Amino acid sequence: MSYVENHESSLTGSGISSADPKDFIALLKPRVMSLVVLTALAGLLAAPTHIHPFLGFVSLLAIAVGAGASGALNMWYDADIDAIMSRTATRPIPSGRVAPEDALAFGLILSGMSVFTLGLVANWLAASLLAFTIFFYVVVYTMWLKRSTPQNIVIGGAAGAFPPMVGYAAVTGSITVESCLLFAIIFIWTPPHFWALALLKSGDYAKAGIPMMPNVKGPSHTRLEILLYSILLAPLGVTPWLLGFASPVYGALAIIGGLMFLHLAWKVYSLRDGEPAAKAAKTLFGFSILYLFVLFLTIVIENGIVPMVVK
Amino acid sequence: MSMNAPEKQPGQVRLTPEQAKSRRARNLAIGLGIGFFAILFYAITVVKLGPGVLAGGQ
Repeated sequence: MSYVENHESSLTGSGISSADPKDFIALLKPRVMSLVVLTALAGLLAAPTHIHPFLGFVSLLAIAVGAGASGALNMWYDADIDAIMSRTATRPIPSGRVAPEDALAFGLILSGMSVFTLGLVANWLAASLLAFTIFFYVVVYTMWLKRSTPQNIVIGGAAGAFPPMVGYAAVTGSITVESCLLFAIIFIWTPPHFWALALLKSGDYAKAGIPMMPNVKGPSHTRLEILLYSILLAPLGVTPWLLGFASPVYGALAIIGGLMFLHLAWKVYSLRDGEPAAKAAKTLFGFSILYLFVLFLTIVIENGIVPMVVK
Repeated sequence: MSMNAPEKQPGQVRLTPEQAKSRRARNLAIGLGIGFFAILFYAITVVKLGPGVLAGGQ
């Protein structure tokens, strides 16, 4: 059944939606939001100055809603290709549960509200960064890069890297080396993370006409690029400790995690065929999420929870 | 006057039970969202302006 037929059937011919609130929550990409909340919280807590806890909470909420809004706008624009790929075919718009125009309105309203709220609660630099993040994800990545270049997720990855910078700016009202480093870690982490998935789902992406690296440059070149980005990422992950704004515990975890990341990237590079190759890509994809989660959770714990306990 | 449901007029749409249920759920979610937003901004105002705002800005 095509996307259009599905959509028509969902409105039962009367133009009346049967969408539940949970369908609109699904438009916000809650799993992506949870990682955004963690990385933004890390930025918020890593800042040298402090914010009132309630205003910090509302700032975090605004960043999370802004990220969710950009997810809704992404799903509105990408409904046609989402319907083709097995991983995304059950999303609210291609499955016919939410009308595209409703998703567009929902995304635009939440974008405006989140930026406005962050500006009032924190400062307008943080709000501008959040607005730019939404613009970058929706317009630069979704509308432009995603369908036009195999470097789509390299440049588009910046959108996912902004939240800790926004969180940091919400507290300090500035952009510093520390917040740029947190940005850089996520930015360099994104290509090996997504290309590991793309190696597994290259058939899906090809069917949808998305020029992902494995479809355009081939799996061998993708494996090489995964390895190169991993070589950059492993030392970069350690720099917050080297520059003195993360503890030796963070440093140890970043070193162990980085070495493990390199080991798995090497396996992806060296195993080329059959089930072992697929398993290596799957393992790297899973580990990459754990790696980023552990690094940013450590920053949250040692800047947020440890000082409270020590007090 | 009959006790039955009013007859459907031209141009009117009768909701199916599923549509009515989901519309109620959406309305409730929007209501709760607006309520949450109002309380949130009240709390933000108090926190940003400090306790003095409750004393009439004296």
